Amino acid sequence: MAENKNLTKKEDLILFLSDTDEREGLLGKKNRKLLSDPLTDNNPITVQVLGICSALAITVKLEPAIVMSLAVMAVMAFSNMIISLLRNLIPSRIRIIVQLVVVAALVILVDQILKAYAYDVSKQLSVFVGLIITNCIVMGRLEAFALGNGVYKSFLDGIGNAAGYAFILILVAFFREFLGFGKLLGYQIIPDSWYEAGYSNNGLMLLSPMALITVGLIIWVQRSRSRQLIEQN
Amino acid sequence: MDRNSNAYTFLFVVLLIAVVASALALTATSLQPEQAENVKNEKMQNILGTVGIEVARDSAQIPFDKYIVERIALDNNGQEKKDVNAFEVDLKKELKKNVEEQAFPLYIADIEGSKYYIVPLRGKGLWDAIWGYVALKDDVNTIKGAVFDHKAETPGLGGEITQMWFKKAFDDEKILDESGNFVGVSVVKGYQGGDNKDDNAVDAISGATITGDGVTDMISERLINYLPYFKNNTNVKVAFN
Repeated sequence: MAENKNLTKKEDLILFLSDTDEREGLLGKKNRKLLSDPLTDNNPITVQVLGICSALAITVKLEPAIVMSLAVMAVMAFSNMIISLLRNLIPSRIRIIVQLVVVAALVILVDQILKAYAYDVSKQLSVFVGLIITNCIVMGRLEAFALGNGVYKSFLDGIGNAAGYAFILILVAFFREFLGFGKLLGYQIIPDSWYEAGYSNNGLMLLSPMALITVGLIIWVQRSRSRQLIEQN
Repeated sequence: MDRNSNAYTFLFVVLLIAVVASALALTATSLQPEQAENVKNEKMQNILGTVGIEVARDSAQIPFDKYIVERIALDNNGQEKKDVNAFEVDLKKELKKNVEEQAFPLYIADIEGSKYYIVPLRGKGLWDAIWGYVALKDDVNTIKGAVFDHKAETPGLGGEITQMWFKKAFDDEKILDESGNFVGVSVVKGYQGGDNKDDNAVDAISGATITGDGVTDMISERLINYLPYFKNNTNVKVAFN
């Protein structure tokens, strides 16, 4: 950081907030990439294989999957921002503990708000809200991105990665609720006449293994479309 | 200040904890009324659920006032405790007291002329507390319906006690055996009874033996304290020791 010594306070602040070495708009090319990459070629679930545990636990129905996604998004965006704000102040020896404290505090906040305003959903999610703390995506992004990047970029990175997570979660929940219950968001989609004609819901879709198999199928589709993701060996 | 010094690290932690703790305390206190309202409405919804009245949580108050005609707190001799508000009794606290000092809440429902006795339950599951409500018909023997809930049972295993299929199994079960002795309802592994409603037993959930035993225990341990009241206040003969 020696070259920064001659900067004025204002320049210092700009550098601190945006960490920008290039001049670009709020949603310039690089910033857009922060949002879009995790949705496709750098998806936290299908490419980095993080956050799998919650992907199988709460994807039986669409509604909890959507709420879980929003909760993870709020936690990731704000924890990324807070850690990025503090990144030059955090003593490096205890940085993991500091990250944990920040994430845990945000998770408790989310949990309290759900209990007050979305009680049924909070009961459905039960222990899994608390387990956002241990979601590897959250800690992974703090360690890999927020500690070394500006506040705004970290915010985008948090939103982007949570959106990538949400996208897969909702996709899996869509197939599981549709095939397992014949419903979407609790509304019956498959008409009664189909059931009378002998169609029946696939109870296997409701069991955890089918979440992983669905994720596996999504990974298969993704890799056959973008070949650069396939490992050479 | 040197960022790697112990003093800086210590100061940083203290400040961080102070900020985080006050932020959390503030939120918890300010959201408390809404949360308490949810819990109260859910309690009324659960009590109504045992007698077959399904209502949305937010609109539980009106049917609750209409159908639940009596809410009384009893002691373990069946005498009414006039100074205790039955609905406010917290079983979590009561269970820590001696049985002589506990208050036993009882809700009496009147639905189109039929009388039901609704007893709150609370006990231990595998990980944490489990609780529920059981409604008895006016023979104080046959179960009208039951609901169960839990704090932290494993989703998909012990957590299944909240499911309709598990609750339904208790409908029409008896809490007295053939000679009129109190036995409760047991949750039995490898249950072979099918639809038999006179064997004081229901089928357990695979992989949730301890939660099931918890349900068995809380039914017998809680209900036995209401028998003196039933003996004195109904014309049904209840034999118990």
